[in-house]
Amino acid sequence: MQKHVILESIYKPSEDVVARDVQGEFVIIPITSGIGDGQDDIFTMNDTGRVVWDHLDGKRTLKEIGLELSGNYDAAPGQVEQDVAGIVQELLNKNIVVEVPAV
Amino acid sequence: MTAEAYLVRRNVNQPSSGKISPPRLLGRLDMILTERCNNNCVHCYINLPSGDLDARKKELSTDEIKNILKEAVTLGCMMVRFSGGEPLLREDFGELYLFARRQGLKVAIFTNATCITPDLADLFARIPPKEKIEITVYGMKQESYEAVTCVPGSFAKAWRGIHLLQERKVPFVVKGALLPDNKDDVDEFEAWAATIPWMEKLPGYSMFFDLRCRREEGKNRSIMAVRATPENGVKFMTRRKEEFLKDQKQFCSQFMRPSGDKLFSCGSGKGGGCVDAYGGFQMCMMLLHPDTVYDLKQGTLQDALERSFPACRNTTAVNKDYLQRCARCFLKGLCEQCPAKSWAEHGTLDTPVEYFCQVAHAQARFLGLIGEGEKAWEVVDAEQRIEKFVNS
Repeated sequence: MQKHVILESIYKPSEDVVARDVQGEFVIIPITSGIGDGQDDIFTMNDTGRVVWDHLDGKRTLKEIGLELSGNYDAAPGQVEQDVAGIVQELLNKNIVVEVPAV
Repeated sequence: MTAEAYLVRRNVNQPSSGKISPPRLLGRLDMILTERCNNNCVHCYINLPSGDLDARKKELSTDEIKNILKEAVTLGCMMVRFSGGEPLLREDFGELYLFARRQGLKVAIFTNATCITPDLADLFARIPPKEKIEITVYGMKQESYEAVTCVPGSFAKAWRGIHLLQERKVPFVVKGALLPDNKDDVDEFEAWAATIPWMEKLPGYSMFFDLRCRREEGKNRSIMAVRATPENGVKFMTRRKEEFLKDQKQFCSQFMRPSGDKLFSCGSGKGGGCVDAYGGFQMCMMLLHPDTVYDLKQGTLQDALERSFPACRNTTAVNKDYLQRCARCFLKGLCEQCPAKSWAEHGTLDTPVEYFCQVAHAQARFLGLIGEGEKAWEVVDAEQRIEKFVNS
């Protein structure tokens, strides 16, 4: 069953992936089975994805991340929030990020 | 801010996506984890006894290997290949494997499968290598298999290992070594190989065996005794004639020209290399000439790749025989002659290896590129001959 991202939730990179900068290209490499669909899958992220990834520190909610990033982009906070949610949804679908349980 | 195409799935073997970046200093690293092997195959170029304590004592420690892997990652390396000897003989293999994967490296493994335990197979299933495990199969029957490995019980162990991978659906491919003792198993081997879901083509075979990479004369004589003769080797290679010719036409259209006096016309030492079991960094897995091996205990992968290997790659041939023959020979692409083979056979970098020369000439005769008794380095219309063959 597909999980849906919640703006008030906190997410962090899964411990089952490794993220590496390979000569200026940001690469996410699954470690365990069940991430990505194929034996040889890896993922590359563009600069926007990278910015969001760097903010997924397991401390801030997506809403907070969106608000912070909206200061850096010429876009309304609501729009940035939606973009962040879209990115994290895709990562969540592939088990590249996990939700941090509320304390 | 836009989320468009922020995450792209790609195959790890594909080149990077769109960005113009210089080639990586280190794309792939070979690591010979040990020269020891639990088999004792007569044709093998690198198999010390599994209980060789001297060899074991000299081998890199777990931490030394981890440090090399860490540096490899900083240089952009995406894949490490663990080979041997038999790499699974190392007691810390699981630890090294996990470490490499946790560094974000894809791991290729060359093995005879005899040391694959249920625990190790479980590990491969849970944390996949992201590269198909490559297993050499020495025969389909106990008698033929163990005639090659010279170790009683090795057949059963290898098949147990293979079944453990099959049960867990861990991707693997198989390859063969063609020897007098197992040549009758070929059809059965290929029929079985065709049932392996991860085999994308027929298995490859070694049959033009390399001599010992550390130049042991006694063992070299045994290897020479089981090498395929050039004629028999070509007969085997061309048993599916149409397929062979199609492949060769494609190959010859790209790779057939004399290399001149430059010894390293291959890619060895460029974007990769091979760490031996004791911390020597070689330009390729076979090349152990002391002038070309870099001591990692005194330096770094980066230094070798930036300074030492490029200097070696500029080496030119001085051997008159080489300059007369190999440097002018248009069969360069078909011939296995290279500094590593010259080292193994003659202890130099630039001595023609008669055996590989004969094999290349036998292939060229089959393809119609040269006639009976012709020497390829004396041919003056090589380009026209290649063009005629490619367009035939």
